Amino acid sequence: MTPQGNFMILAPIVSSREAELRGLLDSMNEAPGSVNPNNPLVPFAQFDTLHFARFVILDDKTVGDLRIYGLPVRTHPLYLAFLGDIDGEQEAFLNELVRRASDGLRAIFSCCHGFASNTDLMAWMKLLRSPASAVYVNTRGRTVRRIREEAALEDAIESHLASQASSFEGLPAREIHAQLKRFVEAEKSAGRLTLSDEGATPPGWLLRKMLHLICMPLLVLLASPLLILIAPFCLFQLRRLEKTDPEPYIVVDDGHFETLAEAEDHDVTNPYSALGSLKPGLLRLLTLRGVLLVIDYATRHIIKPGRLGRVRTIHFAHWVLIGGTERLGFFSNYDGGNESYMDDFINKLGFGLNVFTSNGIGYPRTDWLLRGGSADERRFKEFQRRHTVLTQVWYKAYPGLTAVDLDRNTRIRRGLESSSISEQEACEWLALL
Amino acid sequence: MAGTAMTYSMVDYADVQGLVRFGYGRMTSASYALVRVKNVAAAKAWLRAAPVTNAVEKSPPPTTALQIAFTAPGLTNLGLPKSVMEGFSREFRTGMSKKFRARLLGDVGRNARKHWDWSGPGSEAHLLVMFFAEHEHFDSFVQSTKGNTWSDAFEEVIWLDTSDLDGDEPFGFADGISQPQIDWEQQLERPHTQLEYTNIAALGEFLLGYRNEYGKFTDRPLLDPDPANAELLPAVDAPAKKDLGRNGTYLVMRQLKQDVREFWKFLYEQADGNLAEANQLGAKMVGRTRAGDPLVPIQAESIPGTEPRTVKQNQFTYEADPAGARCPFGAHIRRANPRNSDFPERRIGALRKLIIILGFGPKGFYDDLTSSVRFHRILRRGREYGSELSPEQALQPPPAEELPRGLHFICLNANISRQFEFLQNAWIASTKFAGLTGESDPVLGNRKPIPGCPVTGNFKMPNDGTLPRRVSGLPQFVIVKGGAYFFLPSLRALRYFAGA
Repeated sequence: MTPQGNFMILAPIVSSREAELRGLLDSMNEAPGSVNPNNPLVPFAQFDTLHFARFVILDDKTVGDLRIYGLPVRTHPLYLAFLGDIDGEQEAFLNELVRRASDGLRAIFSCCHGFASNTDLMAWMKLLRSPASAVYVNTRGRTVRRIREEAALEDAIESHLASQASSFEGLPAREIHAQLKRFVEAEKSAGRLTLSDEGATPPGWLLRKMLHLICMPLLVLLASPLLILIAPFCLFQLRRLEKTDPEPYIVVDDGHFETLAEAEDHDVTNPYSALGSLKPGLLRLLTLRGVLLVIDYATRHIIKPGRLGRVRTIHFAHWVLIGGTERLGFFSNYDGGNESYMDDFINKLGFGLNVFTSNGIGYPRTDWLLRGGSADERRFKEFQRRHTVLTQVWYKAYPGLTAVDLDRNTRIRRGLESSSISEQEACEWLALL
Repeated sequence: MAGTAMTYSMVDYADVQGLVRFGYGRMTSASYALVRVKNVAAAKAWLRAAPVTNAVEKSPPPTTALQIAFTAPGLTNLGLPKSVMEGFSREFRTGMSKKFRARLLGDVGRNARKHWDWSGPGSEAHLLVMFFAEHEHFDSFVQSTKGNTWSDAFEEVIWLDTSDLDGDEPFGFADGISQPQIDWEQQLERPHTQLEYTNIAALGEFLLGYRNEYGKFTDRPLLDPDPANAELLPAVDAPAKKDLGRNGTYLVMRQLKQDVREFWKFLYEQADGNLAEANQLGAKMVGRTRAGDPLVPIQAESIPGTEPRTVKQNQFTYEADPAGARCPFGAHIRRANPRNSDFPERRIGALRKLIIILGFGPKGFYDDLTSSVRFHRILRRGREYGSELSPEQALQPPPAEELPRGLHFICLNANISRQFEFLQNAWIASTKFAGLTGESDPVLGNRKPIPGCPVTGNFKMPNDGTLPRRVSGLPQFVIVKGGAYFFLPSLRALRYFAGA
């Protein structure tokens, strides 16, 4: 199995070059929200292991919210974030980036601090890496190559059925399954379809995963005497904060809303880039850190492929602390419109969202971190829109396919590859077609 | 959360426009005037005198009704200050015709605004004036209501007539069978998670100023008291403020032209010229037979909020049809109302609930893909236009000049983005609804390709134990010819707008 990796480069923009940078990024799009996958700056389509990528200027309009607590507003550098999800190791991908997009990336990064004409691009990118605290991968091991092969498989079966449907009439499910299996075998032999085997799992990755699986609970166990000692105090304090934190209701301005909306819904999948400041105080920071550790552990070891809680529409998601510990960024790729994404966040995954976002300034009041919060629908929707920043450039390797589509295609393939299939299983398999 | 410390406030029906409570079915004649304000003073004077019908139940029932709704430009033209306008929802204020919204609603290609008969660029309506009457009273009612000052006050954009097709929509299917029942008395305690499908909807889903399905109040303009708004009711959740939204709601209007000939021609061809089979295919696409019977059996267990007279056609969910073998997932009524609850399983304990919430529940491909419907209900109040055309007639060559037919779709909801827009975008227009692909609503879809999916004109009908039946190449049967978002104010708010 080839595990999925990711990368994020976070570079402060030189203010005098911001307009130029925005122009460069816009030039990579055919229209706002629609990237040219073969754009000369970073020709995304040439990267066979790249699922999603984006350039975002982290233009945080909410930094002034600290004033709600009577605190002075911090000035943060304006960052450019370049992030994505890939198959395999980050190192190999960065090398490929340098190989294929050196000039374009140099042009882009030259608008950032500390990048000169003689800067070593690879070393610079590595220096400015901003690792995610937690990452969600919809289905580990599902590579771009596999996704495309399985989509071609589904297409081939679909066209075959469209033209041959009548010849299957009256046949038992297992017989139809067997005939389609023969059809696919023939297509493979003719070189029209390829279904590659899963690659070997890198031993280093496996080892790290195992170590993480075991060591984290051990560490928690070791720290438990201390944790048990301070937990009541922390909980008491957290509960007090929860009840007293200011809860301003700030509505998004129409211009910002429209800028975001104009760039959305050009594909069945959308990018989501949001960031905001943490509530002041060590306790909130520690809570967030703890929660991110739990999310990280759960996404690596516990959750089932294809779903985050009950939600099946998220391809990848990253939780990243932005330039220190004062701000958290959340970046995801989700299917459907923003309204349905938020519907899922409120009705299906409210607890998961509340538990980290409630540490952000202005979030609707929660009840023991898990309840309430996003359930205050109107407040929550304005909150999240206000914290969303425009994703200037967004690439997806498989336009038109949702995470559920990918799941279907994998199930179709599995059904073809299983050596024996019962009538019941064959019926369920046919229902996918 | 809902259920704790509820503040109830009885609805003053005399303050609510009747359309929220009644469809005025007995008044078989109706026309909608879309007008622009020509003279503000005259318009306000006309509005002050207008006999707008309220929602009080009368005996004998009235024979005429007048309802009035406003677009955002309309309210601005009447002089409503910007600070008040800002309290209305973004969808209402910025309108249906925004480019991103057109994409969201599927108003592209043949549905694009540039082809609209009204509300196209430069001809936005300000007011929607709706006249209803029993047939014999209609003309005199319109004349007397318009009075002498109508033409001084308004300039007509378009006058939309409706026709009475005896409960059918123009394709020939019984329509308007299922409607949510409003919890007028606000008796319902909403649990955090609703495990059963219910047809009862919180009052706040359809009327501003009351708690919605989340137990919250939807945003609307709340004003500081002053002499001009003295008559307005206070806000239930902020008693020091005057609630301009209270007892009002949003009205969505869309003119949907229906190509009845194309519809039946397509079905007839697919059925190899067999009209009975064409009817069956049509029923699969709609999700009901032409008589309105659902394709899944009526259940014995009652569903809260199902009116006794509609039990035979409405007491069902899709629980017994999880694979869509009877009613396809993509059928129009299954998209428009999946009849589900907040959870994929019912009658479950806390542990099972937790297991499902954490993502270790059902693993089937089609399981738990659809959002809970209770947050996405609408109240439909549309009427048909054009003459009746039976399937047999539809298959005959058309006359040289044919008048259009279709539906003046009207729905009421308190939150346009969560209710109408979600439903239209995520359920009706989506080519990815409930795990499907390559198909949008078989009746309403615009069949436009989307990036990566050149084909969106399929329709699949799952079968038990064998391949789904597939129909491809569905043409576009329904074309949007106009549309706008309106605010349907309470009578108090109406008088406030019309104030001198």
